[in-house]
Order: sequence, then structure tokens, then C-alpha cells
Amino acid sequence: MPRNPQLNANGELQHLLSIEGLPRALLVQILDTAESFAGVTERDIKKVPLLRGKSVFNLFFEGSTRTRTTFEIAAKRLSADVINLNVAASSTAKGESLLDTVANLSAMQADIFVVRHGSSGAPYLVAQHVKPHEHVINAGDGRHAHPTQGLLDLYTIRHYKKDFSRLTVAVVGDVLHSRVARSLIHGLTTLGAPEVRVIGPQTLIPAGAAALGVRVCHSMNEGLKDADVVVMLRLQNERMSGALLPSAQEFNKQYGLSAEKLALARPDAIVMHPGPMNRGVEIDSNVADGPHSVILPQVTFGIAVRMAVMSMVAGGG
Amino acid sequence: MNLLVKGGRVIDPASGRDAVGDVAIADGRIVAALAGKPERVIDAQGLVVAPGLIDLAARLREPGYEYKATLESEMDAAVAGGVTSLACPPDTDPPLDEPGLVDMLRRRALALKRARVYPVGALTVKLEGRQLTEMAELAEAGCVAFSQANAAIADTQVLWRALQYAATFGFPVWLRAEDLWLAQGGVAHDGEVATRLGLAGIPAFAETVALATLLELVRATGARVHVCRISSAAGVAMLRRARHDGLPLTCDVGVHHVHLSDRDLGYFDAQCRLEPPLRSPRDRDALGAGLADGTIDCIVSDHTPVDEDGKHLPFAEAEPGATGLELLLPLALKWGVQAKLTLAQTLARVTSAPARILGVDAGRIAPGAPADLVLFDPQAPYRVSAQALKSQGKNTPFLGLELAGRVRATLVAGRVVYEA
Amino acid sequence: MAALPDAEALCAQLALELRARIGPASAMVGIHTGGAWVAARLHAALGLAQPLGLLDIAFYRDDYDRKGLARDPKRSKIPFDVAGKDLLLVDDVLYTGRTVRAAVNELFDYGRPASIALVVLAERDGRQLPICAQHAGARIDVPAGMRLRLKRDDRGKLSLELERAA
Repeated sequence: MPRNPQLNANGELQHLLSIEGLPRALLVQILDTAESFAGVTERDIKKVPLLRGKSVFNLFFEGSTRTRTTFEIAAKRLSADVINLNVAASSTAKGESLLDTVANLSAMQADIFVVRHGSSGAPYLVAQHVKPHEHVINAGDGRHAHPTQGLLDLYTIRHYKKDFSRLTVAVVGDVLHSRVARSLIHGLTTLGAPEVRVIGPQTLIPAGAAALGVRVCHSMNEGLKDADVVVMLRLQNERMSGALLPSAQEFNKQYGLSAEKLALARPDAIVMHPGPMNRGVEIDSNVADGPHSVILPQVTFGIAVRMAVMSMVAGGG
Repeated sequence: MNLLVKGGRVIDPASGRDAVGDVAIADGRIVAALAGKPERVIDAQGLVVAPGLIDLAARLREPGYEYKATLESEMDAAVAGGVTSLACPPDTDPPLDEPGLVDMLRRRALALKRARVYPVGALTVKLEGRQLTEMAELAEAGCVAFSQANAAIADTQVLWRALQYAATFGFPVWLRAEDLWLAQGGVAHDGEVATRLGLAGIPAFAETVALATLLELVRATGARVHVCRISSAAGVAMLRRARHDGLPLTCDVGVHHVHLSDRDLGYFDAQCRLEPPLRSPRDRDALGAGLADGTIDCIVSDHTPVDEDGKHLPFAEAEPGATGLELLLPLALKWGVQAKLTLAQTLARVTSAPARILGVDAGRIAPGAPADLVLFDPQAPYRVSAQALKSQGKNTPFLGLELAGRVRATLVAGRVVYEA
Repeated sequence: MAALPDAEALCAQLALELRARIGPASAMVGIHTGGAWVAARLHAALGLAQPLGLLDIAFYRDDYDRKGLARDPKRSKIPFDVAGKDLLLVDDVLYTGRTVRAAVNELFDYGRPASIALVVLAERDGRQLPICAQHAGARIDVPAGMRLRLKRDDRGKLSLELERAA
């Protein structure tokens, strides 16, 4: 097996492609660094000069206003220049290959590529072909990984629960198609969370789930019991037409997070959601807006986490 | 022309003969002894002299895919790999569903005077799985069997009728066992690795469900079926039971699948994007065991040249396939060593066994047989590199690795068509 | 070579010196890590009205391109409004002046102070920028190839030490 392409020969982070394979110490370092950046966001001048003169190219082949915006804010708070590439309108839509697009941008002096792509593994391909001083951050690839989301979820959990070694975490919904779930699960197992559960119908749980180190539950009654953290995944409309689910209503009745179902978890359980939410489908409004929900703070933490990731990959000779 | 191949270790898997000796050739055939002095003596000391390899699946990319490879380059690759006979699948562009195309291909191949080419015709028009091809016409034009390549027939009624029709004439049908719907959208084996990498999976039961259907239809129609590219442990087990029950099937496995598993995908290595997918290590081991115990008859290269652009893409978007004609011998030898078989037993899987399935007089060294031979050094290192490969397809998971087994000379019909 | 001065004694000496400059607009900021220790001593000794501020200059250093981000950045925290204050910026050792440059830049991102005075426990030769301390506990000659460091033991006692430079 070749060396983990995210780490250079000294074990330093040069790309962020996936949480899987990152040593525990490095994960903790990212979370600690994010903490320091959280202080910056509380000041009047929310900028630090760290990435001044550097260019961050947002290469989003899949639409996403919210993730792209948080990366843009994070980059600007580091004083970097940000260029957003609207791929649908660009030459890639005309048939230019992914690598050709990257090569052309590289010629325009990029330092960091933030890549979101519909095909699992695309950021790895990019990372294999960029110059030594260029860094790749995976903003989500197919169903494979969304490492910055996983990191901000870990940051959120650490913020409210402090100690991973005593936690029961339940991840609910369409795990099969979820890169967010995969990244979070890798992070939790690396940081030593003793019980990570996935909850969903058989059709939405992947074949190799147990090999990820999770306990598979098919009912909320079983899966939410005594959970400290409940993470709800977004259910996309396509799932209904792909013979995976009969209807949003039935899903909501069986797997949607209501106040009643939440009562099965610990009294001080927190509720998380990577967003955007489908209110009334995977989560009821009264829970999303309720006292257990930390969904809005997740978004703020996301900026500090992305600032940490960008400054860790881009530094150093 | 009279030739003498002198002093090599002559291995004839069909008879089991394995001894140092000479092979005499006259007028394109092997003879017991030469009448006069040979016009050329080839010194085979230190080399193995075996029947030329017979590869039941090698894509030559003509017609239609000339930007990926041409007949010339791939025929060069074949003989450089010691392959003297090959069958090419019908998934050209257009597919081999018209006698004119088959005829043209055969003529082109003959004119190049390298390996013998046996076209496999399309079972259905355009390989679309709806309408039967004119199998009798195609057979007359030179097709040795009929196949769907990698395009499964969804309509079981059509599959039944196609087998019935082929059985009428005794035409062999070569089919991969894969259920179209269960495999749809999948790019990797549906297991741990695909889950971790977030790749859409093709479960092993996509193969066994289709295999069960195929076995029933063979029982019902009596068609002569050859199962191509078996890929799973469960599939091997089904075949073992079927053969034990006396069903007249034959079967092959792709040479990459006895060596690699889904673990080798690593960080989305598109060189490992293959059809069928590389399955779990358990499946890989079962394929090796099936090949050793005869459940699987032979190894094929499934040679599929893909240009760089086709592989420099995210895994799911990359073109499936690997180059294989020049790696068939060293990879087969490697498997044989691991399976603890003799050289003769190993070589049978790439000579006498495929010859039997192809139904041609080849794959043996005996007086009267065509003088198709390969001379190779089983210990000589072969470093797999883009420069070393004669095929235009440089796409292989073994790039940069060193294998053992170098071809020194290849003869077809008593003519030296390749010499190192 | 003379023995190094006692760090605790230097703190006491600085506190005495600074008493004269403390006014209603005074506030103190210590630079992590050594400067923060010294500032804690001084702040307690002087009984300043404003709470102590702490700076981590990790995000303002000028060697990011060469060395990357520092391993364990602490969190800067200035629990008062910088605007209009007479700041006492405290560090342990003044050497090249780059740390102070970074700290001043960072302070100005919090607001516009009325003034900044630099207070260091010890200063040594080797300035690379036009920076000087308004109050220095001691001037120390550091031999070539050595580094001057402030250490704190388990009981919190501060001491100056020389060690090999990396």
C-alpha cells in the first residue's frame, strides 16, 4: 500500500483528503488549532495575516452554497485571496477533464485547491497531480468523505461533551450515501468513542458497515437508547425514487427525530445535523429548534475548523 | 521451411511430457524427425519450449477503437507475450454482429502473419440483448463462438431463445454471469473496501443469481456454454456443484483476479477498475483453488488496452480494463508457483485447456500438430514498464513491478514471429 | 561567564520600576508562553484594574512559509477594550525583535491603543528590527550557538537558563 497521500515524508499534513488514516495526534492538533482560531472570530477584526498573498481556489463540481461560503469566509479570515470556480459554466462542462482543469488553474498560481466533486476519489486524483507547493482540501467527494465536516462535527462534540472515551454516538439516516457519516465515524473511532451506532433501514446501511467499527441498528428504539450525541443525516428526495424507501412520511414515522424519540437518549444529549435540514422528514422542527440542538453553533465552528485545516496544510517548507 | 528447436526443456501439458529434447518442424507442423538438414537451428538451451499460449479473451480494438490500439500493435503484443492463438470478444465498434466485419477482421489478422485470431461473434444484434444475430452466417464467416462480452442480457426470454438457437447448430456460447439490474451502477465489489471508499458496489450475488439462471437454461436447452470471468467464491462453488452433477460447462477466470483483490484498490487506483470487479481476498483465494482443482478450466488475459485519458479519471468514471497479453505468461507462472503446481500443470491452463474449449488443434507438442511454440525463460525477470510493453495499452496494476518469465521466441505455423 | 540573574528577583525589580508608570488607562498583555508567566507575576504585584490579556502570536509570525503553523497555538485572549489604553506588552526575552513585531501587529487588530511600552525580563544582543524595550530586567551576553530561555518548574518558580540553539 502506498504512503498515505495526505501526509508528507515527515508525517505533516499536506492535503486533507479524508479523516481515515490520520493519526489520532494529528486529529487532536487540528481540533486544538481550530480552538485558537475560534478566538479570532470573536474579535472586531476577524482576520489574521497567515495566508496573505496566497490564493485559494474553490473548485466545486457539485453545487453547494453553504460549504463554499464557509470555505470562502475561512480563507478570507486568513487574508488569502479567494477565487470561486463555477464549474457548470466553465470549460469542464465543455468536456475538459478534471485534471486539465486543475492544470490550467495551477498555471495561475494556486496555493490551495478546495475540491468538491461528485465522484469518490476525485480529490486523490487531483492531489496526485498538483505541484509540491499546492495543497488539496477535500470539500466532499461522492459518498466517500467530507473531512472538514467530520472535523467540525468532532469539534462540536468535544465542545459540549469534552471526553470522547465515554461517549455513545448515534448516526441516523441514509448512511449508505453519506460522506458526512463516513468521515464522522472514522473520526470517532480514531478518537476512541467506545460506542458508535448507525440507525436506518437495511436499504440505507452499506454492506461493509460493521467493518467501519459501528453497531448497526434498524430501529430508533434500539439505537437511541442512552445516546449522548444524535447526528441526523439529510434524506435526499432521490432515495424515494430509487426503490430504497417508500415515502418521506414513512421514513419520518420510523426514523425521523421527534421529541418522543429523543427522550430515549440521555437527558443531556445533543442533537446535530450537517445541514441543510429537511424539516419534518429526518428531524421535526421542535427538535431542530429545541434546547438539545447545537445545529447553529456547528456552522460557526465550521469556519474555525476550516481556518485550522487551511493553515496547517499550507505552511512549512 | 525446416526448423530445429534444439536442447530446450520441452513441456507438453496435454501429454504430461516434460524432458529436455529437440522439436523438429517442417512445413509449419511438428514432425517426429527432420528429413534433411534444418534451414535454421534455434538454440533453446536453458529455455522452456511449450505450446504457444492460447488466450480466450484479448481485445484488439479494431474495428472502431483504433485510438486505443490497433491490430498491429496488439498482435505484436500477443506474440511478444508468447500468445499464438487468441479469441477476440465481439465488443468492437460496431460490434461483431455482421459477417462482413468478421471477415474483414480475420483477413486483416491473417495478413499480419502473427498470432492466429479467432473472432467471437455477438449473440444479439449490437449486443443489445433483444434480437438474435445471424449466427449461422457469422459462423461461416469465421466466428468460433458467440458472446455478449460485458453486456448482460436483461430479458431472460431472449437469453433462453438465444441459447436454444445456438444449441440448434451446436454453436458454443461464451457468457459472463452477471445480473444487469443487481450490477447496475456498481463499480467495485460490494464489501468493506467499497463501503470505506464510498464506491457503488456490485454484490457477489449479482454473479450467482445470473449463474443460477444460466445453469437452468443450459439444463433446459443443452447449449454448450462457457462461463467467462468467474469472480466470486460463491460462483466457483456453484460451478463445482454443476460440474459434479454432470453439466457440460467450461469456465475461465481473468488472470488479474487470481492475483488481486479489492484491497489492491488502495487510494482509488483506477488501474484496478476491472470488469468483473476485483472481489475480496477470500474470493480471490477461491478462484485460485478452483483453477487448481479443475473447476475453472483456464486463465485468460481479458486484454483491454485503455488510453491514459481513460484511466486518469476518478475511479467510477475511469474505463474498466487492464492490458494483459504480455503479462499472461508471467502472471500464470506466478500463480502456478503459489498453487504449488508443476510447470506442465500450470501451462495446461493457458495451452491445452483453452485449445479444447476453442475447439482447435493447438496447444500441444506432438507430431502433426501445428508448430505454434513459445520459448521462454521461467526465471528471467520481467519488469513491467510502459516502454517494455508493446501493446498500446499501458494500463496495468502491475506497472513498476517485477515478474518472472520472459519470452525469448514465439513461433506460429513454424515461422518465428517474435524473437527477443 | 557570569551566572545568570535570578528570574524571580528580576520580576520583583521590574514591578518596582513599573509602579511609577501605572495610570488609569494602563493594561497589561503577556506574550505566550514565557511572557505570560512574567506578566502574571507583574500583574499580581501591580494590582492592575484591567484583567490580564494574553497573546499567542502564532498567526502573526513571519516564518510561516518556512516552518508552517506552530504545533500547539494557545488562544489569544484580551478581556478588555484595547482602544485608548496605555499597554504594557510583556515578554521574557528580547532577542531579534520579531516576536514583538508580530505582537504589536496583533494588538492593533484588536483596536487602537494610546501607547505600547515593551517590558522584558531580559534582553540580549541580536536585534534584526528597530525595536527596543522601555523596561528590561537585565542585559545578558549570550555566547554564540546558545539560546536564553525562561523556565518554570512544577511549583511555578521561574528561572533563566542557557541552552544549545537548535
